[in-house]
Amino acid sequence: MKAAVIVFPGSNCDRDIALALEQSIGKPTTMLWHQDTNVPDVDLIVVPGGFSYGDYLRCGAMAAHSPIMREVKRRADKGTRVLGICNGFQIITEAGLLPGVLMRNKDLKYVCKDVLVKVEDSQSAFTAKYKVGDVLRIPIGHAEGNYFADEATLKELEDQGRVAFRYCTPTGEITDAANPNGSQHNIAGVFNKARTVLGMMPHPERLADKHLGGTDGRAMFDALVETLA
Amino acid sequence: MSESSEKNVKAKVHITLKNGVLDPQGKAVEHALHGLGFGGVGGVRQGKYIEVDLPQQSDKAKAKSQVEDMCKALLANTVIENYSVEVVD
Repeated sequence: MKAAVIVFPGSNCDRDIALALEQSIGKPTTMLWHQDTNVPDVDLIVVPGGFSYGDYLRCGAMAAHSPIMREVKRRADKGTRVLGICNGFQIITEAGLLPGVLMRNKDLKYVCKDVLVKVEDSQSAFTAKYKVGDVLRIPIGHAEGNYFADEATLKELEDQGRVAFRYCTPTGEITDAANPNGSQHNIAGVFNKARTVLGMMPHPERLADKHLGGTDGRAMFDALVETLA
Repeated sequence: MSESSEKNVKAKVHITLKNGVLDPQGKAVEHALHGLGFGGVGGVRQGKYIEVDLPQQSDKAKAKSQVEDMCKALLANTVIENYSVEVVD
C-alpha cells in the first residue's frame, strides 16, 4: 500500500500519522505540501490534525481551498481512500467531501484526553479489523469537534449506516455524559456514501504503539494495509 | 463616469448562525451580561463581521453579487451560517 500525508502550515500531527502508517506499511509515506498540485499514485491520502492556517475564519476553511485539496477531491471522487483526522476532519467537511460541520465544543473548552468510542461499522477499509460494538480508547484534542448536521442529513447518515464511531461509556452505551463536545448523536466519525472517505475527531495515530500506552488505533492502519495492499 | 470608477466600493458582510444552531459563545455572553446586572437581556447570538474592499468595482449590484459568491465559496459555511451583504461607497 502507498500512502500520502498532506502538510499544511500549522499541521502538527503529520509526522505522528506518518510514523503510525510506516509501522503498518513497512515503508515511508509521501509527505505533500499544501501548495503541491500533483498527488502521486497512492491508495490512501491522510489529511492530518493540527491548526492549519491558524484556524483562521473557521477551522479547516482556508486549508479546504488550498491547491492540493482540488487534487485530493478529484482522487476521492475516483475512490482513493481519504482519512481526515481532527483538523483533517474539519478540512474535508469544509471541502465538501463529507456532510456536516465541526462546531465549537458545547462547553467552549479545548478537550485533550482519552475517550471511548464505539465502532458502528466494520465494512470499510478503515474499520475492517474492528467488530461492530467494539469499544476503543483513542485520544482527542480539540476545541471544535462538535459535529453538527441538519436533521435530514443526520437521518441520511443514520439510515445509510455512515456513522463510523460514537462517543460511548466503557460498556458501549451512548450517553450525554460520554459525549465530550456536544456532537449530535455522539458522532465521533462519519463516512461518505461509498465508505471510502472517513473523517474522525479522535486520533488513532496517537495510540498505535504500545510504548505510547495503547494500540487501539493500530488496527485501523493494519486494516488499510490488508485491504488496499 | 470616471468619477464613479474612482469610488472605493466596500462590502460589509454579516455572518450569523442559523436559527436552531446552538451558539455556546452567545449563551456564555448572555450569562455574563446577566451576571453584570443586565437582567433585561433575553438572548445573545454571536456572529462575524467582515469588510471587503473592491477598488476596481464601481457597479454596486455587481459588487454585491461578487461578494455573495465569496460568501458561498469561503466566507460563510452555509450548513450553519447565514450571510447578508451590504455594499457602500
